Amino acid sequence: MALKIHEYQAKSVLARFGVPVPRGEVVFSPDDARGAASRLGTPVVVVKAQIHAGGRGKGGGVKRAKSPDEAAALASQMLGMTLVTHQTGPDGRKVGRVLIEQGVDIARELYLSVLIDRAVEAPVVIASAAGGMDIEEVAASTPEQILRATIDPGIGVVPFQARRLAFGMGLDGSQAAKFSTLLAAIYRAFIETDASLIEINPLIVTKDGSLLALDAKVTFDDNALYRHADLKEFRDLDEEDPLEVEASQFSLNYIRLDGNIGCMVNGAGLAMATMDIIKLAGGEPANFLDVGGGANAEQIKNAFRILMADTNVKAVLINIFGGILRCDVLAQGVIAAVKDLGVPVPIVIRMEGTNVNEGKRMLSESGLNFTTADSMGEAAERVVALAGGR
Amino acid sequence: MAVLLDGNTRLIVQGLTGREGTFHAKQAAAYGTTVVGGVTPGKGGTTHEGWPIFDTVAAAVKDTGANASVIFVPPPFAADAVMEAADAGIGLVVCITEGIPTADMLRAVTFLRGRSTRLVGPNCPGVISPGKGKAGIIPHAICREGRIGIVSKSGTLTYEAIHQLTRLGMGQTTCIGIGGDPLIGTTFVDALELFQADPDTQAVIMIGEIGGSAEEEAAAFITQRFTKPVVGFIAGQTAPPGRRMGHAGAIISGGAGTASEKMAALEGAGVRVVRSPADMGVAMQQLL
Repeated sequence: MALKIHEYQAKSVLARFGVPVPRGEVVFSPDDARGAASRLGTPVVVVKAQIHAGGRGKGGGVKRAKSPDEAAALASQMLGMTLVTHQTGPDGRKVGRVLIEQGVDIARELYLSVLIDRAVEAPVVIASAAGGMDIEEVAASTPEQILRATIDPGIGVVPFQARRLAFGMGLDGSQAAKFSTLLAAIYRAFIETDASLIEINPLIVTKDGSLLALDAKVTFDDNALYRHADLKEFRDLDEEDPLEVEASQFSLNYIRLDGNIGCMVNGAGLAMATMDIIKLAGGEPANFLDVGGGANAEQIKNAFRILMADTNVKAVLINIFGGILRCDVLAQGVIAAVKDLGVPVPIVIRMEGTNVNEGKRMLSESGLNFTTADSMGEAAERVVALAGGR
Repeated sequence: MAVLLDGNTRLIVQGLTGREGTFHAKQAAAYGTTVVGGVTPGKGGTTHEGWPIFDTVAAAVKDTGANASVIFVPPPFAADAVMEAADAGIGLVVCITEGIPTADMLRAVTFLRGRSTRLVGPNCPGVISPGKGKAGIIPHAICREGRIGIVSKSGTLTYEAIHQLTRLGMGQTTCIGIGGDPLIGTTFVDALELFQADPDTQAVIMIGEIGGSAEEEAAAFITQRFTKPVVGFIAGQTAPPGRRMGHAGAIISGGAGTASEKMAALEGAGVRVVRSPADMGVAMQQLL
């Protein structure tokens, strides 16, 4: 998992490491937008909606203003609007804050990112002269425009690697020197913040020949957040599904989807496979829910509550392969949850592994109406039928 | 024969004195694995459940002749534990710990380069050679000695595959959970190489997940050098793009690493790819 942050937060992190970024302020109201624009004092300011998704420009979330009043008017339009982009899904995201930034004269738009390349087990820098576009499209249509440099983690970026990328993108000598400094700063930010991705798109060359990170996307490795208390502060709960936030508080990995069959599974792979088999049986999963390896009865109960809070759920499939998580513990949690919450939809349970017989006995003696299944395939067929699918 | 674990395995447990470490050390010993001791810095010289505890892996190796280690230490210290085991000359290191920072694993895999230590995991259920021993948390009651190898990114799907095989009367040589993290030790290709060289392994079940390109690399390897029958399954065929499903590796965004690309690559390599995870065992039965 990764912690996502807003553009203005990403730029503040990069600026800390010496990466040149445009001057700007984040605001939450049109009045503050007016104030920020006049403080910037540039002939043009840019008003940028802050949501955790790309493609904001095309969705109407990035606009230029020629006066503080116009900036306030644009901010007033954007704040509270639902922005739909190719990355938000059809429901879009509500805009709660906007970034007011100095307008700049753009000569060229480049692309730059740092991430881990799993195949070579090392950080990789990706650069392209084709900035400002969808980089995956660039990679697919004109792969020769994608430049890469693999970084030895023990050594860091070597200057010749930066030069090769810079000249490869057609920068001149003085711009290449600036690029080397900028790349070194970005790499340092990547390592020191435990980032999983830093992406600058576009990295611009201004008309006076300087380099500027005009947009920035940074995500951090969740597993490393324990050593970055400052970065944890960047989390914006408004950007996350409330049920997903609640699930994360109980160490449950829940992702809400569009279907009507609620799933509770242990292990990410088995959880994905359970979604796959539901779909093969003609149904649609309402969620992904991994209760993890060591869940206790209390966590199972919480998982059930979160699952049932999605009103689309018409039937539930529980698929547990007990290893560390014992089937009797699962059964205890499920029985307690159903008794407490009065779950009104049919429940299909398939469990296997540690203490399975004890678990099955508990379910059948509970007096509650569970449907049991002996295999994943059978479980999927039953739950799809009960949900009224096919 | 089997791969990774055999009658000569002498296992230490890094983090033996913790709850998980204790439970699984006992399980492994009950299954017949030779567990020779544990490592917990600061508790050297004591005993725990009858096992000697050492401050360092090097001391444990010197005293017990350990040649394999299983790691149950908490995430902030786990990559360090991997490197310590490698430095002490342990040949097989199995890291169960989930949630290790990627930057830490980057250091560990860099450290392992050029050393002869084989790492399995992290964030995995470990290894079991039915009838011979286990290093990890795979529930051994579902296993049966036999001739099928299993290699999987996913823990509970490994159990599912073992269970299906055992139910159909097909036992296993060795089952290897390689983990779904972005940076791991043993890959699909490494595991397939081991199974290719093992005369007792007749066929292999390979379980992949969306994200990364390890399955595509395995497909290329199978085409070139793997001669035994393979049944394959890829989890995440219906996962929505751009969402991460638990395993750090299981993310699909853009065109890279989707289930359909991986399934096509494996089918192109002659692998019998099943669409339903319920069909892994049956497909293997049909293949043999």
